Amino acid sequence: MKSSEVFNIAWAAILKNKVRSLLTMLGIIIGVAAVIVMVAISAGTEATISEQITSLGSNLVFVQSSFSRGGAGGGMPQGGLVYDDAAAIAENVQGVGGVVVEQSATESIKADGVVLDGITLLGSTADFPSVRDMDVAVGRYFNEIEVERKQKVAVLGASLAEELFGTTDPIGQDITVGNTRLVVIGVLEEKGLVGDVDYDSRLYMPITVVLDKFAPTQFAKIMGDSVRLIYVEVNDQENLDDVILQIQLLIAKRHDLPLEEADFTVTTQQDIIGTQEATTAAFRSLLGWVAGVSLIVGGIGIMNIMLVSVTERTREIGIRQSIGATPNDIRWQFLTEALLLSLVGGFIGVIFGVGGAWIFGSVSGMRTVVVTESIILAFSSAALVGAFFGFYPANKAAELDPIDALRYE
Amino acid sequence: MATRLIIKTKDLTQIYGMGDARVAALDGVSISVHEGEFVAIMGPSGSGKSTLMNILGCLSRPTSGAYFLDDEDVSGLDKVELAGIRNKKIGYIFQSYNLLSRTTALDNVVLPLQYDRLTERTTEERKKVAMKVLEMVGLADRVEHQPQELSGGQQQRVAIARALVNSPVLIMADEPTGNLDSKSGAEIMQLLHDLHNQGATIVMVTHSTEIASHTERTIHLLDGKIDKIIGNGKKAKQ
Repeated sequence: MKSSEVFNIAWAAILKNKVRSLLTMLGIIIGVAAVIVMVAISAGTEATISEQITSLGSNLVFVQSSFSRGGAGGGMPQGGLVYDDAAAIAENVQGVGGVVVEQSATESIKADGVVLDGITLLGSTADFPSVRDMDVAVGRYFNEIEVERKQKVAVLGASLAEELFGTTDPIGQDITVGNTRLVVIGVLEEKGLVGDVDYDSRLYMPITVVLDKFAPTQFAKIMGDSVRLIYVEVNDQENLDDVILQIQLLIAKRHDLPLEEADFTVTTQQDIIGTQEATTAAFRSLLGWVAGVSLIVGGIGIMNIMLVSVTERTREIGIRQSIGATPNDIRWQFLTEALLLSLVGGFIGVIFGVGGAWIFGSVSGMRTVVVTESIILAFSSAALVGAFFGFYPANKAAELDPIDALRYE
Repeated sequence: MATRLIIKTKDLTQIYGMGDARVAALDGVSISVHEGEFVAIMGPSGSGKSTLMNILGCLSRPTSGAYFLDDEDVSGLDKVELAGIRNKKIGYIFQSYNLLSRTTALDNVVLPLQYDRLTERTTEERKKVAMKVLEMVGLADRVEHQPQELSGGQQQRVAIARALVNSPVLIMADEPTGNLDSKSGAEIMQLLHDLHNQGATIVMVTHSTEIASHTERTIHLLDGKIDKIIGNGKKAKQ
């Protein structure tokens, strides 16, 4: 029997019981669609995260206070990073493009009759725009001299400028932050949400001003110039390890501690991306397993219906055998039917998966990226499942005794 | 005898069950059927006529004994080889027609040609061959009908066409008129007679003496053995 004829017979058998065939395929459809949608969601999340991380500036090294010494017991933290550490890094470490220190606080802002409460103030050094990949839209960012001299200047995030001044040009305007008056010298380009931080609604000013006027707690006032985090931009990716080592040695020396007892940690952008990737990869493989299980369940559904089909069509099998069908002819016929069921189901599943990922993306606002490999993987798994679970029923049909099969009522 | 032997069996024995429950459904049956003969097999139920029919039709193999079909020893063939023999050398006519439902008369008749792997034919050629046989059994105007749209007599004609389409050396008919009213039954018997007159070799199982009397010879079975063989007053075609 020609394979086109085998195909036609199988196809006719599937069409004969449309509803049942569709129900049989449902497991495969759901399984394949689930694989594609889930991979699309996790790939979308992954792409968003890594874009956000790199949008914060590439080649970044983070130096963080770890308070490993004395601070963990809840007592007064001893040591940790101070503002001068940043200056030392900028001065002494080779291969550094820029160093930024940040200290944030929360205050209310008044300008032009508008009062906004709970605005985040971000004190930084002058390198902030270049290190964190922020662009200035209007005016300028403050410079090193202004930081050093504690000049009361402010740069507005895009949406903050809009809220405070509307269409008026904010450059040169006065704003009152807490009890301190500052002059607006620039507005930043719109950045959008990065992670869960809205960079556009913040107020940027020299870190010295924040440390001086807006230190968030009494404790911080005592600590004076203690900082939590120093951002260091490395000129060349190749120097990264060298720069890290220099920073570690320098700060350990400044804090008068051996390296093993350092009260700070140095991490890189790559570390963070690596962690994120590991997390999403674990998430993705979990989703993959869940989807894989539903494919297997779908396969069992196919086996179930094929077994019913073989029993129902015992007489037909007997007739075919009596006129010359070999066991292989019968086996192929039923295997083709199972394969066709799973392939058609897989095809419908691909359509549902791609469409589902798109719909999910536009409804939930989450980014989804349909990965071609996931389509290939899901579709070929469906075919494999069909072949695997179709084999047993097909074999059962092939082994039927012609006499028994002909006698079957 | 100048004609060739189509069926030649020697001590065909079929044993079912094991140990004490062993039952010999066939017990040393030796028969010969020549080309062009029309032979009936009769016997009460349990006499072994169905078992003999199945072995002669190559649907099963005897426990022991030899069976030569058209000079070929088929008692030792495996499943695949037997399927080939059924396809090329034997045409079946069943009591309950055994046509594929929801499949047109033409497609039913084409089926044995599809399973024929020895003859290369295009789909068109197969249809042509099947059409010719359907015309021969008088169903040229019903080829696109499905079994459920045909009368019992017409369905049996489709089955006969299917049996003939591969030009078999032997036609096995198992109670071919059993499900038919007397008029349709007579028409089917007439068709078998016509085939016989054209030289077909037919072996028919029946329980009806009237139907058996249409044949040249009746082989009576009893308890798995040949009870008697009676000539029905008609001469075997030479």
